[in-house]
Amino acid sequence: MSDTTLEIRNLHARIRGGEAILHGVDLVVPRGEVHALMGPNGSGKSTMAKIIAGDPSYEITDGEILLEGESVLGMEPDERARAGLYLAFQYPVEVPGVSIANFLRLALNARRPEGDEIGVMEFYQKLQKAVAALDWDESILERNLHEGFSGGEKKRSEILQLLVLEPRYAILDETDSGLDVDALKVVAKGVNAARGPGFGALLITHYQRLLNYIVPDRVHVMVNGRVITEGPKELAMELDQKGYDWVRDQVGA
Amino acid sequence: MSDLTNVNPDAEKLEGMEHTKQYDFRLPETYFYRSEKGLDRRVIEKISYFKEEPEWMLQFRLKALEIAEKKGPPRWGPDLSGLDFDRIYFYIRPTERQGTVDSWDEIPEEVRETYRRLGVPEAEQRVLAGVGAQYESEMVYHKLKEEWEKKGVIFLDTDTGLKKHPEIFKEYFSTVVPPEDNYYAAVNSAVWSGGSFVYVPEGVEVEVPLQAYFLLNAQSIGQFERTLIIGAPGSKFHYIEGCTAPAYTTDSFHSGVIEIIAQDGSNVRYSTIQNWSHNVYNLVTQRAVVHAGASMGWLDGNLGSKVTMKYPSCYLVGEHAHGEVLSIAFAGDGQHQDAGSKMIHAAPHTTSSVVSKSISKGTGRSSYRGLVQIYEGAEFARSNVECDALLLDEVAKTDTYPYIEINEKTAHVGHEATVSKLDEEQIFYLMSRGLAEDEAMALIVRGFLDPVAKELPLEYAVELNRLIELEMEGSVG
Repeated sequence: MSDTTLEIRNLHARIRGGEAILHGVDLVVPRGEVHALMGPNGSGKSTMAKIIAGDPSYEITDGEILLEGESVLGMEPDERARAGLYLAFQYPVEVPGVSIANFLRLALNARRPEGDEIGVMEFYQKLQKAVAALDWDESILERNLHEGFSGGEKKRSEILQLLVLEPRYAILDETDSGLDVDALKVVAKGVNAARGPGFGALLITHYQRLLNYIVPDRVHVMVNGRVITEGPKELAMELDQKGYDWVRDQVGA
Repeated sequence: MSDLTNVNPDAEKLEGMEHTKQYDFRLPETYFYRSEKGLDRRVIEKISYFKEEPEWMLQFRLKALEIAEKKGPPRWGPDLSGLDFDRIYFYIRPTERQGTVDSWDEIPEEVRETYRRLGVPEAEQRVLAGVGAQYESEMVYHKLKEEWEKKGVIFLDTDTGLKKHPEIFKEYFSTVVPPEDNYYAAVNSAVWSGGSFVYVPEGVEVEVPLQAYFLLNAQSIGQFERTLIIGAPGSKFHYIEGCTAPAYTTDSFHSGVIEIIAQDGSNVRYSTIQNWSHNVYNLVTQRAVVHAGASMGWLDGNLGSKVTMKYPSCYLVGEHAHGEVLSIAFAGDGQHQDAGSKMIHAAPHTTSSVVSKSISKGTGRSSYRGLVQIYEGAEFARSNVECDALLLDEVAKTDTYPYIEINEKTAHVGHEATVSKLDEEQIFYLMSRGLAEDEAMALIVRGFLDPVAKELPLEYAVELNRLIELEMEGSVG
């Protein structure tokens, strides 16, 4: 079991030298499944996403993050990425002067042994496929990374990168926030295109809305830095109708 | 001439030197003659004698020396106290015959060896050595050369230019940068040697860039090169000089003068990327006079050196003249890059634009020093200056000295300066996609420089990136 999952075990973490945010998170995402992580603002969802990716502004005080049975805690963010983890950022940064195509070529080559750079045709086909899955125009590839992008375009770029880099596990941090329905559908289409037996994902969201388009296999609920309950996809619907107080009452949290 | 010294290569001493950086090495040279250390009348007489120059040039040199002695070094700008003329050779004549080299085979083996050690592929080596232009085949290069000659294009080293084309030479030489201009221009005027002489006749367009034969030994660029470029009315061309010059470790002073005359309606571009060894004082005067309807562009990349002072200038003297400066500076540990530009608007409807990008690392410091001057009567002149500084760490420094003098009501001048630090969030983001920390930093820096680098021909842009990456080695903390 453990060699085909992303497992968060009793994870405690805080801002480096500051306030504690995660107080013992337990969560398992098996490869081949898409899970949702829901919870009110400030519950620690985004912090956990960044910690899994290796953000150095946080420190882990206890617990484990296991990628198919291997701890990633001693790994740098780039090593985690090359091991198959991917984070779709809530607020992707801009990198002026660096085109998306150029960046993705470097990122792909970073995953390959030296001297075995990806061929031009293979690379171009990958890009074409990803661009098509997102109903995007190829000209986007020549634009500089997120420079002058709208919020929606940035989110779309995160999914584009996911499709090209083909991670084994992805965490999508509020990829739906700030999107109108049309943009949401496009992004969902991209994520659904990635679905398959070799891919596991954790969708972090406040709203049930996204889950109409990307139907999750399981739903986890995080409150105050802990996962307090989990259940089938219907749990998301119930949450949407009854609110988080209802869950708190249910589990006595 | 009993005091002329025959100097054998001091190979032993050179071999003992540590080559700490890949690009920072040199191979032994074989000198034929070099002057005694220091600068005086006798040294200048010898230079002129050796070059078999006309009398007027000797007189010009001697007068320039007088001017230099009267002026003395400037009292502003970076610290130049480490510069001691008494310890400098002002003239070194190489054993190789004077003049440019026609074929790859004529390039000395040690120069070729240097290129090999730089890891430059042979096709590119030829380009860098100025032999093969953009093509590998010598046949193609000779065809180019023939074509240029047919069109009346003159492209020679400056010493040969003086010999072969004395009339053109005398008409323009020192008209843009007279020795009175500044102390280092005066020193250069007294002891100049080498450089390029370019004349492109009226209406002639040269499509393939004219690339200076860039010898690593004392020949072409030398310490005191003097370049004179004349674009006749309506001509159009791009002159490119230099690249990863493995610079000298014994000569600590470089002071070039580059004079450009862009006549009516011409379009002249001058690009240079220089990488001096880290003990060199690099003090260069680059100036163009831009006539009516002409366009002049400087692209200037400054890496290496201990101190660089360099302010490419355009004197916009004709209506609708346009001047442009794109510059990149990288100040690593212990280095001070004091670079900038001067745009002098002396005619109506003149326009200028400056984009300056600097990177500082460790104890490095980069300064932008720029002047925009608009004369009364230069109606509707427009100028825009943008300088961006990137600091790679907490220690690195940058500063900006913009001088703006406007004496014309209808003029429009914009100045924008930004300073940014290498952003942790950007680094984390790029790392989260699989790039190692040093790759992430290099990518951010490349992106920062991209607006300038993309104006370079590809092989130079590649070379620039390689140099920047080497300079950044050890930045990951």
